[in-house]
Amino acid sequence: MTATEPGTASAAEPAPNPNDVPITVNGRPVIARKGELVIAAAQRIGEYIPRFCYHERMQSVGMCRMCLVDVDTGRGPALQVSCMITVAPGMVVNTHSLAAERAQEGVIEMLLANHPLDCPVCDKGGECPLQDQSFTHGPGESRYIEEKRHFEKPIPISDLVLLDRERCILCDRCTRFADQVAGDALISFSSRGNNTQITTFPDEPFASYFSGNTVQICPVGALTSKPYRFKARPWDLEQTESTCTTCAVGCRMVIQSSHDELVRYSGVDSDPVNWGWLCDRGRFNYESVNSGDRLAAPLVRDGEELKPASWNAALARAAELISAAKAAGGPASIAVLGGARGTNEDAYAWARLAHDVIGTPNVYPQMGDGVQINVLGFERATIDETASATTVIVIGPDLKEELPVLFLRLRDAVLNRGTRVIELVQKRGGLTPLAWRSIEYHAGGTAQAVAGLAADGDIVAQLAKGNVVIVAGRANLAEHPREGGNGVLAALELVPGAKVLPAFRRGNVVGAIEMGLIPGEGGMQALQIAEAAAAGRIECLILLGCDPLNDFPDTDLARRMMAGAPRIIAVDTFITKSSGAADVVFAAAAYGEKSGTTTNIEGRVTTVAERVTPHGTSRPDWMIAVELADVLGGDLGFGSVDELTDAIAANVAGFGAATADAVRRATDGVLCRGALPPATPRALTVEERNSYDYRLVVGRKLYDNAQGTAKSPALAHLAPGAAVHLHPLDIERVGSSDGADVKVTSKRASLVLKVVADETVVRGSAWVPFNQPGPNIGELIDATQAVTDLRVESF
Amino acid sequence: MMGRLNEANVVLAKEIIGRYPKPRSATIPLLHLAQQQDGYVTDAAMKHIGELVGATSAEVLGTATFYEMFKFEPVGKYLINICGTMSCALLGADQLMHHAEQRLGIKAGSTTPDGMFTLEHAECQAACTEAPCLQVNYRYRYRVTPSDLDALIDDLSSGRLDGEVPPHGTVARVRQHIPSERAVGAVPPDAVSGPPAWVPAPAEAKP
Amino acid sequence: MNGATYPHAPGFVAGDRPRIVTGRFEYDDAHTLQRFLATGGYQGLQAALSRAPTEVHDEVKNATVLGRGGAGFPAGVKWGLTPQGVWPRYLVVNGDESEPGTYKDRLLMELDPHQLIEGCLIACYAAGLSQCFFYIRGEMALAQERVATALNDAYAAGYVGKNILGSEFSVDIVLHWGAGAYVVGEETALIESLEGNRGMPRLKPPYFPAAIGLYGQPTIVNNVETLANLPWLMLNGAAAYTAIGTPTSPGTRMVAVSGHVKRPGVYEIVNGTTTFRDLLYGDDFCGGIRDDNALKAFVPGGGSAPWFLPEQLDLPFENKLVSAEGSMLGSGAVMVMDETTDIPAAALTLARFYAHESCGKCTPCREGGTWLERIMQRIVEGYGTPRDLDQLLEIGQTICPGQFPHASSDRLGLTAVPFPYRMTTICFVGPSAYVPVHSALTLFPDEFEAKITRRNLIPVSVGASDDSH
Ligand SMILES: Cc1cc2nc3c(=O)[nH]c(=O)nc-3n(C[C@H](O)[C@H](O)[C@H](O)COP(=O)(O)O)c2cc1C
Ligand code: SF4
Ligand code: FES
Repeated sequence: MTATEPGTASAAEPAPNPNDVPITVNGRPVIARKGELVIAAAQRIGEYIPRFCYHERMQSVGMCRMCLVDVDTGRGPALQVSCMITVAPGMVVNTHSLAAERAQEGVIEMLLANHPLDCPVCDKGGECPLQDQSFTHGPGESRYIEEKRHFEKPIPISDLVLLDRERCILCDRCTRFADQVAGDALISFSSRGNNTQITTFPDEPFASYFSGNTVQICPVGALTSKPYRFKARPWDLEQTESTCTTCAVGCRMVIQSSHDELVRYSGVDSDPVNWGWLCDRGRFNYESVNSGDRLAAPLVRDGEELKPASWNAALARAAELISAAKAAGGPASIAVLGGARGTNEDAYAWARLAHDVIGTPNVYPQMGDGVQINVLGFERATIDETASATTVIVIGPDLKEELPVLFLRLRDAVLNRGTRVIELVQKRGGLTPLAWRSIEYHAGGTAQAVAGLAADGDIVAQLAKGNVVIVAGRANLAEHPREGGNGVLAALELVPGAKVLPAFRRGNVVGAIEMGLIPGEGGMQALQIAEAAAAGRIECLILLGCDPLNDFPDTDLARRMMAGAPRIIAVDTFITKSSGAADVVFAAAAYGEKSGTTTNIEGRVTTVAERVTPHGTSRPDWMIAVELADVLGGDLGFGSVDELTDAIAANVAGFGAATADAVRRATDGVLCRGALPPATPRALTVEERNSYDYRLVVGRKLYDNAQGTAKSPALAHLAPGAAVHLHPLDIERVGSSDGADVKVTSKRASLVLKVVADETVVRGSAWVPFNQPGPNIGELIDATQAVTDLRVESF
Repeated sequence: MMGRLNEANVVLAKEIIGRYPKPRSATIPLLHLAQQQDGYVTDAAMKHIGELVGATSAEVLGTATFYEMFKFEPVGKYLINICGTMSCALLGADQLMHHAEQRLGIKAGSTTPDGMFTLEHAECQAACTEAPCLQVNYRYRYRVTPSDLDALIDDLSSGRLDGEVPPHGTVARVRQHIPSERAVGAVPPDAVSGPPAWVPAPAEAKP
Repeated sequence: MNGATYPHAPGFVAGDRPRIVTGRFEYDDAHTLQRFLATGGYQGLQAALSRAPTEVHDEVKNATVLGRGGAGFPAGVKWGLTPQGVWPRYLVVNGDESEPGTYKDRLLMELDPHQLIEGCLIACYAAGLSQCFFYIRGEMALAQERVATALNDAYAAGYVGKNILGSEFSVDIVLHWGAGAYVVGEETALIESLEGNRGMPRLKPPYFPAAIGLYGQPTIVNNVETLANLPWLMLNGAAAYTAIGTPTSPGTRMVAVSGHVKRPGVYEIVNGTTTFRDLLYGDDFCGGIRDDNALKAFVPGGGSAPWFLPEQLDLPFENKLVSAEGSMLGSGAVMVMDETTDIPAAALTLARFYAHESCGKCTPCREGGTWLERIMQRIVEGYGTPRDLDQLLEIGQTICPGQFPHASSDRLGLTAVPFPYRMTTICFVGPSAYVPVHSALTLFPDEFEAKITRRNLIPVSVGASDDSH
């Protein structure tokens, strides 16, 4: 806030900032910022100018005319739309003049003229800017006696969003969002004048990953979301601010409940992170928390069957299994996998249990489907630093599919901040149309592809122009995870000062790593653990909210691991393929049912909130760890979440500032960076491939078989399904055609998949989405190899 | 596919697109081309135009529906637009419209069952001194009396005006063609950094 | 009555007056390159090319060529508003003529297209504009054909395109055409439309086309008639130009007179000195009101202009004087209503026009325009109420707060409220829907009173008699 009270200016003030623009708003002097809009400057000092079309995160259009105020720039007061006019020195703004108030009343009256006034049956009723501003700035009665506009209503404009054109006030927010922010201009105004309406093109729904944002920013009840429709009234809602842990961007949001059930998530504008936006997966997957399939109580194996048991019985059984394993093979024969979906506190408690109480070094937070953990050891960039860098080198995944809101920030950087993106891709993706250079390469060649940038004079010149940030993640699940690290190392050789933003995907994988869910001295990683288990060298496998039979890219190895481990303990919210094979399953509290903190890709620690009571007798992971430790005869020493958070601050390197209190108070969280060493180079041997083979690229789609999606009815059917995508010329080469079935064969196995003609696939590659309904591509992947090559045959 | 621009029109479309610094500028000309091809603008055409100019179908639809001339379902071979704005209204536009409705047996805004005529109420046609006026497929008729209108409808029905009035969809029958050896060529704005050749540099230095 | 008419120039009436832009209208082949060249064509261009661009620009400035699209802004000054050092810059020719009553640009495009091409080239040369887009209204088939033919011929003959007349001057003129939307005549909407979008105006500032126009680049938008003046100006010089008319309104302008006059038509009149009386009653012009009826009112400058009464007949075509009297000269269109005119009905046609043509962006225009139209419709049909009259004014207040311009009238005891008005909308379409309503209501209140039913004020029980008890 830069408001100064009258008379507070002192003579000894420093030289005036050239960006300061002194203006007066309703008689109060204000120091506005150069280029700032009057509506924003006024808001900073608490003078809220009514508005409908203006949105601080989008370009103004001056469409609704609600924000008219009297502005005097020396030629007498004149009505101006405050969302389009920038401040000028000496400007005198009056938001309450007779003229301004008459104009605002007039606009409200006109907006209501054709509005159905069906507030009692409208989802927005009670939290509606039109309703609110009609009370505060409206004329109080309507003199409109003509027939109102009529439209069929509501009509679905996508699987998730419904449109009521009678309520629409044509503010251009949703359409601007779709076009300017999301880049999915699938909704548009159609017709003209008084017949203007929002439409989609016939048979081309508003299938944007970000469609839910339009519902949130709609200033009336014209856009409603299918999952929330008629679920609750605003005055019944209870809400708490939290952080989305669907992916690792860490978008801030409020989670809202009614009658102890989650009913809605809404984005919160966190300036360094999400600017108020959420992706639809993050926004709507609360449905999975409410799912009837949730585990309500612990289960204990009785022969072929898993049977509900008391917590005491389950804990006792688990302790027995662990002790027996220890007795059979020593503590190192116990392996802990997963833990990247919980809170920092969950991860820390389990890390302590595994390392200190059980005493095993074999702990790993990812399922062989992630990024090399030591990528965290490079000098790390924030999202803001990335989105304001001169150049961003993206190595790896399609950010639009994996870290959607990071994609939005990068999109904004490219379109509005002059950032240039150089992407290295095995398949072109969401960022490609925005990229300054899109460099295609084949799996197994990341470091070489990066090094190849040096041969292009334009690229070298561009890299020398200013800050460079490297975004590195997992490009291909059928490729060794080290590829990412090797890519970063090659890029750092090219641009030694560059910072790195690791594109980890799972909600709290960074937290899990930093909290210590990583191998101890001589410990194994996921792949080695799997191989050891398959070879019968793991006596007990503990799965923390992870489902290797689904998530481990090498399905055969996962199966052999599960079969080879004589004792399996799982902590999960659902019975999955893997937890269903366990001997003990602890029912875990889900997101929204437990509080704590989480860490995003930048290392930003923010709160997650408990909004509803845990389902059944389910408990947060950390509590299960504490209790299990107890049964095992060890005391972790924490009785509450806050104690845990503070213990983390006290004990985890780099997290000292993230005390429970500090995190709660910091609106944008606390940046914490651990002490992991950077990844070191290690060359991988890529076998020569037969010229008829296609190199397999397995990538993620936003919607897949993950529990959060599969158990959310609104999202489940959005997963595209398994198929093999080939470049159209390659489809010709294999003598097939778009949509036909083909046989794909690796050294491991064969699958029959539908083939899709896709120009974004690099020639010579075959792209398959991961973890989709339909045949499981994991059957073809050999995780011990650097890459997987396929033969594709038509029938 | 029905409604997509045919091969010859795609060639023409590409020529038109090539004249603009940004392809999207060709949207309206291409919509006219589609309407010329099919008599109205089909969904498939809008989709195709979007592909050609780099816009989504929804954006093309948004643009197309803004403009009066684009029709999204079949209209008559002859579109008769009777002007009803002030100058024409002062000189009997209402009576003329009334007569047209009687004569064609349809209301303004509809098409005769034989698909020959669509009658529409139009706004000012920039022929105000020649009121009341009308356009048939955008060809003017001035100071139209009811009997003039009858004669026009007779002439159109009998094909006597085939040479003069092309079927609905064709507006101008002459197109611009820029010979390549004479063309300066369209350049995207961000590819231009300095003044054009004929502008002497000092002219800019002057405040 | 005198003044020649030509069958190939529907509506145009020549007279014994200076003809700067209609000089070739008597030739029925004026649109051909051959005739054009035989009558001094492209010599203005040659004259321009023999001088430095800045000198050409200065000549236009010195001549004070006023914009003919409606706002009357001097072209030479406008060309100078482009920000320094920003390239490329474009010229967009506004041939979207659709303002009610206006008919002149179409004639210029149909009858003398080469003159316009020449005008465009001179403007591009002077202001360093590297590409020109000639935007013609969609419904004007013949104008599009004539301009297309002229461009094809001019390209072939070396007048347009690369190295024009062997010089370094190279410019493409691209014929572009609209598809029916009045608001696209507004220059920022024109640019949106030319970019392939819905023709919705952009707010000025920041979108003054001269600074941020087509593709965000500096763009000069000029009306067809404005550009048509340039060839003559180049050949005859600013002094000859300003010798016609008055210092503030030099040269000539084209005016279309329509409605209840004996000889409706398009006239090229001397700017600044010709009066409305000359135009409506002069033998050389319209020759009086039809059937020698009395004049009731007239619209002096296109449908957007507040109305005048017979009391304003002696005003000349001079912007300042006309504004002081509460209206504007706009696009050179006079619509005449004689004593038989049903004023509310006439006003309704204009209100309907602007309501129909609203782009839909600004709430007061989108909703208010239609609301005005609906109320006017009811009044005209005899279903209006006294409250409706107040409501019309209230809607007007939302679109145009404060005092609204109108003419003075001794008969009504009105003193003029000068033009312009304040507005809550982006462009003039919204206010223009209110203009005719306000003019009609202010200048002819009794015609509204006469149409208003008092039905609502009559007690429902009036038919029942007491003795039924
Ligand atoms: C609603 C509206 C419609 C307009 N229509 C036209 C038009 O049809 N033709 C035109 O030349 N100018 C029109 N104008 C004026 C243009 O915005 C612009 O001022 C003009 O083209 C500039 O050219 P000039 O300076 O040569 O007059 C219109 C303005 C408004 C607000
Ligand atoms: S005043 Fe009307 S036509 Fe003009 S921009 Fe606003 S809504 Fe569109
Ligand atoms: S908020 Fe400014 S015009 Fe809508």
